[in-house]
Amino acid sequence: MRQLKDLIARRAMFLMTGLPALIVLLMLAGLLRKSGPILAVHSFSSLLFGTGWHPLRGEFGFLPFLAGTLGVTLMAMVIAVPVSLLTAVYLSEYAPKLVRDVTKPVIDLLAGIPSVVFGVWGVLMVVPFVGNVVAPLFGAASSGYCVLSGGIVLAIMVFPTIIHVSLEVFGAVSQDLRDTSLALGATRWETVKHVVLRRGLPGIIAAVVLGVSRAFGETIAVLMVVGNVAKVPASPFDAAYPLPALIANNYGEMMSVPLYDSALMLAALILLLVVLAFGVGARIILVKAERKAE
Amino acid sequence: MTLGSRRRIEESVFKVLMIGSTAVVVSSLLLILGTVIVKSLPALRLSMLFQTPKGGYYLGKEGGILNAILGSLYLAGGATLFAVAASLPVVLYLNLYARASSPLSTITRFALDVLWGVPSIVYGAFGFIVMMTLGLRASLLAGMITVGLLEIPIMARAMDEVVRLVPRPLLDASSALGATRLETALRVAVRQALPGIITAVLIAFGRGIGDAASVLFTAGFTDSVPTSLLRPAATLPLAIFFQLGSPVPEVQQRAYASAAILTLIVLAVSLASRELARRLRKHTIR
Repeated sequence: MRQLKDLIARRAMFLMTGLPALIVLLMLAGLLRKSGPILAVHSFSSLLFGTGWHPLRGEFGFLPFLAGTLGVTLMAMVIAVPVSLLTAVYLSEYAPKLVRDVTKPVIDLLAGIPSVVFGVWGVLMVVPFVGNVVAPLFGAASSGYCVLSGGIVLAIMVFPTIIHVSLEVFGAVSQDLRDTSLALGATRWETVKHVVLRRGLPGIIAAVVLGVSRAFGETIAVLMVVGNVAKVPASPFDAAYPLPALIANNYGEMMSVPLYDSALMLAALILLLVVLAFGVGARIILVKAERKAE
Repeated sequence: MTLGSRRRIEESVFKVLMIGSTAVVVSSLLLILGTVIVKSLPALRLSMLFQTPKGGYYLGKEGGILNAILGSLYLAGGATLFAVAASLPVVLYLNLYARASSPLSTITRFALDVLWGVPSIVYGAFGFIVMMTLGLRASLLAGMITVGLLEIPIMARAMDEVVRLVPRPLLDASSALGATRLETALRVAVRQALPGIITAVLIAFGRGIGDAASVLFTAGFTDSVPTSLLRPAATLPLAIFFQLGSPVPEVQQRAYASAAILTLIVLAVSLASRELARRLRKHTIR
């Protein structure tokens, strides 16, 4: 009886274990199928590089949205990568225990804040700050709803991801290596620069890739502060319209215009494919690094 | 000498940058919490917690967001149960039955990593397709399924990390005493990893309750408290989003208040999981 129960449980769990891979496949298949109708009418490259977005006229060019997504993500990473890495180095190599014990829960809490709350905060604080202070400083006119605001809000949202992974990476660098470097007369920073960062480089790249894929698909918070104008942004102070925002803003009307729903599902498919590519890339980097370390 | 002082300057410059960065990270949390709470004070009333929107609520008249609070709790609660039912067997199988290097483990762990990175708006679009295929309309059930799918990788990865740490000798001892693998899994591994498992469940719940993009397509929105799985349900993130889009200042202020309520719920869940994990840790073997 007990053996039978064990056998049944084993079979059931074995089947369940296939679930995550199945979800990935179903997601790909479902989105591919739903974006079929628009791919049957327009070529993939004309969709990717088209600049006109007029669903009522059957014109679907994704370039402004791709550019918006890239712009906001790039801006976020320019801010988030140095800040997160410096924080991670400080917490792992310099900070006294007390600081570490206080900071780590703060980072966890930051990771838990819902994205819509980031959006509300962005509207209340970042948008006016960028519109009234930063843009005039650079001699630009901006409503504040722009790429820079989106980038700032996104950067704060990906801090926890990058810091968390980097801390793990730095923690895995052996203490002996550090001691050797210090014993040879290197300063602490030199030890960090030549030993910890060099050793941890593959892990740092993986952390950044994770951060990018997180930033790439963030929807609500960005949508609230980025302006949503379907034009390729020319400067950080221009409004942009990232892909996720496009999907979220138009779900209501997509069923009433021909091919519109298919176009939005294609947008979701593009997001999924990019995240998949990043995931595979990060995995390859980490596996290579492990082989090298062995 | 000049070389030495240059090295020392570089050291201090970077130290300042590092402390500055850490300060930026910490103060951004304080700034967000501070801003949202201060801005919400003028509109934050108890009536917001205990009333549904009345006629003219979205023009600044009486009412509250009970519909969204309960809707979110139901939705995230159901989604979390669904995610636990899907994640726990996977994690137990990976750690107690499958060999660590088997293709199944590699593929499953990789699929979980990928799913973890999939944006919530893609879950929303996928949930929409699933909903259409099953013949459902935007409803509490469709929202639970979508958010449940979103929670699975978050929960499973966090559980995997703690179940993996259960000491091998403990499991071997259980087997040596004649327990089947299932008994070992449920009575030894799960019990030993319980604090971490509970943390994983609550982290996933927190993410589920705060996510807006996935429920946008699938849960719909309504002014009444949901009474059926097949009816639309309001959610807090969408309530915040819609109220903020209003041109009426009173309604915008309520969006801030709703954001404060959502933040407090998420923070409470996060603190509760810490406390719970700390208490349960007493019952584990070290």
